[in-house]
Amino acid sequence: MRAFDARRRNVFEHKDNGMAARERPLSPHLQVYRPQLTSVLSISHRIAGVGLMIGTLMLTCWLVAAAQGPTAYEILQVWLASPVGKILLLGWSLCLFFHLLNGIRHLLWDAGWGFELKQAYATGYAVLAGTVVLTLAAWFAAYGVAR
Amino acid sequence: MAEFTLPANSKVVPGKAHPAPAGAKNLRSFKIYRWDPEGEGNPRLDTYQVDLSACGPMVLDALIKIKNEIDSTLTFRRSCREGVCGSCAMNIDGTNTLACTRYISDVRGAVKIYPLPHMPVIKDLVPDLSTAYAQLAAIEPWMKTSSAPPGRERLQTPEDRAKLDGMWECILCFCCTTSCPSYWWNGERYLGPAILLQAYRWIADSRDEATGERLDQLEDPFRLYRCHTIMNCTKTCPKNLNPAKAIAEIKKLMLARR
Repeated sequence: MRAFDARRRNVFEHKDNGMAARERPLSPHLQVYRPQLTSVLSISHRIAGVGLMIGTLMLTCWLVAAAQGPTAYEILQVWLASPVGKILLLGWSLCLFFHLLNGIRHLLWDAGWGFELKQAYATGYAVLAGTVVLTLAAWFAAYGVAR
Repeated sequence: MAEFTLPANSKVVPGKAHPAPAGAKNLRSFKIYRWDPEGEGNPRLDTYQVDLSACGPMVLDALIKIKNEIDSTLTFRRSCREGVCGSCAMNIDGTNTLACTRYISDVRGAVKIYPLPHMPVIKDLVPDLSTAYAQLAAIEPWMKTSSAPPGRERLQTPEDRAKLDGMWECILCFCCTTSCPSYWWNGERYLGPAILLQAYRWIADSRDEATGERLDQLEDPFRLYRCHTIMNCTKTCPKNLNPAKAIAEIKKLMLARR
């Protein structure tokens, strides 16, 4: 990494000659860069991953409650059926299907396919549409059929 | 750890508003990032009114007009004015591009111009690219051979030559590198899309005999693998090249040689 050492030296020499005594500012980045479909889906993938982790904690609670006995299970079932519980379940299912579909998109990229901008946008919109469809299907299967 | 906000000395404050020229009808405002190393205070956003009926069609035309007619202190790099030198790379209307190939008419409303993102600013729209240049030097972007010189040019089939299309056209403007959030957060260690495209340009060259060496150098959690396929690079490239694909090809070669 000789090149990096040279760069540091240059910076110090530059400061020493008195031309740029003031510390240079960092140019704006997140503050000014326009969000792109691809970048938004990329950060959403990470956020959905965090969501899945929280969802897994919920799943664990549910399993523990089921193991504890009917009373604990009933409490958790009532809570999950409440508006707050339903919002969490909806968030979890959205995270699950988005992360799943976008994960497949990442696998295609890992195989070297889908890097043309048109493909990247088409697969991006497909992931969004698929997430909505699969989430609706899952909720229909859970509530539409059961009741 | 990534810092998502700007340091205190870098936050952009409102700047001067230069009045519109008298009698002009077809006005467009340009909001331009200003910072003077010999001045005082934080970077600011100055507003200029440009009469488009007396200005060329490109953003660079407007910048030159502002410098000539309104404010000679405005500082920016420019040279070829036709998209082959890469000097006038900057952030225009939220994405990185060359001022000389970006039509003013493609921007809606006020034209906002910042230096290339997440770079130390030397003055106004001039970023310090020395880290990026050092990273370019680090991948040794020249042909390396160990076989005896053939006494004439090293030949290449048209098919092998075609593999370099989409890479030799890179003008090293660093629009892609400075559009990459991964490079923003890890720019000291991640090489960034422009340099990785250059690395692959030599890896893919049938005449180069140092492929293994080059891959060894990139086999690193940061230099190569900080690419998370965010694709800002490919989206923003003013030459319509595909650095994201070049990076993916390097990753595939890494797997193939295991």
